Amino acid sequence: MGTVDLTQFHRTFFAECLEGLEAMEAALLELDGGASGSDLVDTIFRAAHSIKGGAATFGFADIAAFTHVAESLLSEVRDGHRAADPELIELMLQVVDCLRGMIERTRAHQPVANADSEALRVELLRLAGAAAGPAAAAVPTAPAPAVRGWQIRLVALPHMLQTGNDPLRVFRELQALGRLEVKQAFVLESAPGSLAQLDPTQCFLGWELCLHGAVARADVAGVFDWLEGDCELTLTALAERRAPVANAPAAGVPPAPAATPASKAAASVGSVSGGSIRVDIDKVDALINMMGELVITQSMLSDLGEHFDMTQLPRLRDRLVHLERNTRELQESVMRIRMLPIGSVFNRFPRLVHDLERKLDKRVDLQLRGEHTELDKTVLEKIGDPLVHLVRNAIDHGLETPAQRVAAGKSEVGTLTLDAHHEGGNIVVEVSDDGAGLNHAAIAAKAQQRGLIEADHDLSDDEIAELIFQPGFSTADQATDLSGRGVGMDVVRRNVRDLGGSVGVRSATGKGSTFTITLPLTLAIIEGLVTAVGSERYIVPLISVVESLRLHPDAVRKIAGGGEVFSFRNAYLPILRLHQAFSCADAVTAIERGIVVVVEDGTRRVGLLVDALVGQQQAVIKSLEAHYRRVRGISGATVLSDGSVALIVDVGGIVQLGLGCKQAA
Amino acid sequence: MAKILAVDDSVSMRGMVAFTLRGAGHEVAEAENGQLALDLAQTGTFDLVLADVNMPVMDGITMVRAMRAMPAYKGVPILMLTTESHTEKKLEGKAAGATGWLVKPFDPDQLLATVKRVLG
Repeated sequence: MGTVDLTQFHRTFFAECLEGLEAMEAALLELDGGASGSDLVDTIFRAAHSIKGGAATFGFADIAAFTHVAESLLSEVRDGHRAADPELIELMLQVVDCLRGMIERTRAHQPVANADSEALRVELLRLAGAAAGPAAAAVPTAPAPAVRGWQIRLVALPHMLQTGNDPLRVFRELQALGRLEVKQAFVLESAPGSLAQLDPTQCFLGWELCLHGAVARADVAGVFDWLEGDCELTLTALAERRAPVANAPAAGVPPAPAATPASKAAASVGSVSGGSIRVDIDKVDALINMMGELVITQSMLSDLGEHFDMTQLPRLRDRLVHLERNTRELQESVMRIRMLPIGSVFNRFPRLVHDLERKLDKRVDLQLRGEHTELDKTVLEKIGDPLVHLVRNAIDHGLETPAQRVAAGKSEVGTLTLDAHHEGGNIVVEVSDDGAGLNHAAIAAKAQQRGLIEADHDLSDDEIAELIFQPGFSTADQATDLSGRGVGMDVVRRNVRDLGGSVGVRSATGKGSTFTITLPLTLAIIEGLVTAVGSERYIVPLISVVESLRLHPDAVRKIAGGGEVFSFRNAYLPILRLHQAFSCADAVTAIERGIVVVVEDGTRRVGLLVDALVGQQQAVIKSLEAHYRRVRGISGATVLSDGSVALIVDVGGIVQLGLGCKQAA
Repeated sequence: MAKILAVDDSVSMRGMVAFTLRGAGHEVAEAENGQLALDLAQTGTFDLVLADVNMPVMDGITMVRAMRAMPAYKGVPILMLTTESHTEKKLEGKAAGATGWLVKPFDPDQLLATVKRVLG
């Protein structure tokens, strides 16, 4: 080999393997869930089959050998010789995990097979009840016998040409082996009597040939391997001249020695660093389309610029509007490239739920909704862990055991729903269960024990919800005491906040709980409300803005400790004066002269006092940490259209600050 | 040089086949299953078709059978790319009208040699 460098296909192959394994896992879980159908088995078999074929082709012998054993078992299932029983399904799920590991190790240039994979391979072999050898064993070619040559009688069957086989090819290949002599060519008696009756796609010819040279039988037979069933063939060695050895039709011709060992493993694997992304062709087309529009607008503008006078001002404005639209659309198209369906994250949950069901002796019906909802790739990569946490908790603490459920008059199978959808400018992912709901009494008791709240303090639902997100509120060993949650919820909240999102919970005793994660569409750009505070500009993400209003001083109540609150839609919200929070000089301090912007972080709200609203603008977020340091309440900075720098308010952090004011009160 | 249709559901395998053949100067069209291959075959002509056996939507053997029913493809060489070590798949392919087969795993040189074998 060596004419073509195959390493360039390795990355595609790995990605394909992982996709195949995902499909395989999903189908196995469906089978396990009681679904039946040859489609599922086909899917599973095909995944294993493709991985084996690819692995062998690209030189990953260990993966090929391992998959080969699994594939043999699966082919028995496909052919109906073996049942897809729970033992087999469990084993195949292990195969999926093991292969994932092998692929990871291959990517990392580590030894691919290990004790685990060997043990599993042995287990598979045991189940197959056969001490099968390694995959793709080479067919040894027999040593060439001492012959002078071969006498060949070849009689085409009528349909030979219709399989795309050309006798000329046979002659050409024979000629390549030795000196070919055509003794006789003849027309078969079955041929039509007249030319008019002759069908050119049919063949009625036969040949007597002589191939001179010391050629191995397998090599001669190899020339005819594709003609099995298409001709009558007799091979006689010239040295022997005894009874014809071969067969008509050529059924006994040994297969060509085309199979070569897969051990030509290329030791070096192409570099796999750096992420790649698969983009729908539609999105690329939209981008190119948009680019075309931009070019047209640009040429219109430069045309205008060449002979511009003030009478053309309206046209200039008109084209600038075009430019703005083009830019925005182009930007949206570019952002869309980074958007991937959340299904790729959801897909791992059937397996997790399956494993947890077994481990915790619970029965769970997992419902996935909105798998096609698209998320920014970065968000997608980081949302997995928080979701796993929520799902784990929902099954561990939220859903009851079958016995408890029956006692509570519920179906013994609990329902766990993962739902992703758009809501305004956000993506909302909900994890809901129909379990027991948060146990308020237990949570309150725990909070008192920890000194988080006073004894006999009456807790609102919101406060209960807030408690479970407190760091270290509950630990794993105490978790069983609580039918509520708390295990690592602070981590979940922190992870989600890092993504610019928020997490909240709704719960009803005896009916279940719903955790709601709200995420921004993209991390790189926000739609912002530009506000003025003194000579500074602050940008508030528009998605967090509930309302902006001017307050009469009478509407503001001062509370002990210096905090201010105002009544807003039947609730009292704390007021956070941005000029105080960020020490801005020359800012408006009288409430009635400024504007209060009500912002929301998930379920919690505060009012931000600013001088005035300046306008609305898309802001490309630049990290503040990269140039300065992290500042509480600020998520980054951006450059305004006049070239000045504005800070972007981190609503999660600022709400925290605002509530801090209230608590301090 | 020849016009070749490469049919395989695996992107990496198809990529490898197409890349190798293009490198040898052939013009290659790609299809990811038998049905798409038939669609391509209807609109264009090919000197050679290389098709995987196991594919979703339409497998390679069904594709061969359908292609042989198209007058323009009666005599066009069709090779099955197969990892089946059992001969029955090869024979099934032959019975459906395939010209021959190439057993996976194959390397680019083996692929080129086989293509040369068919095209001369």
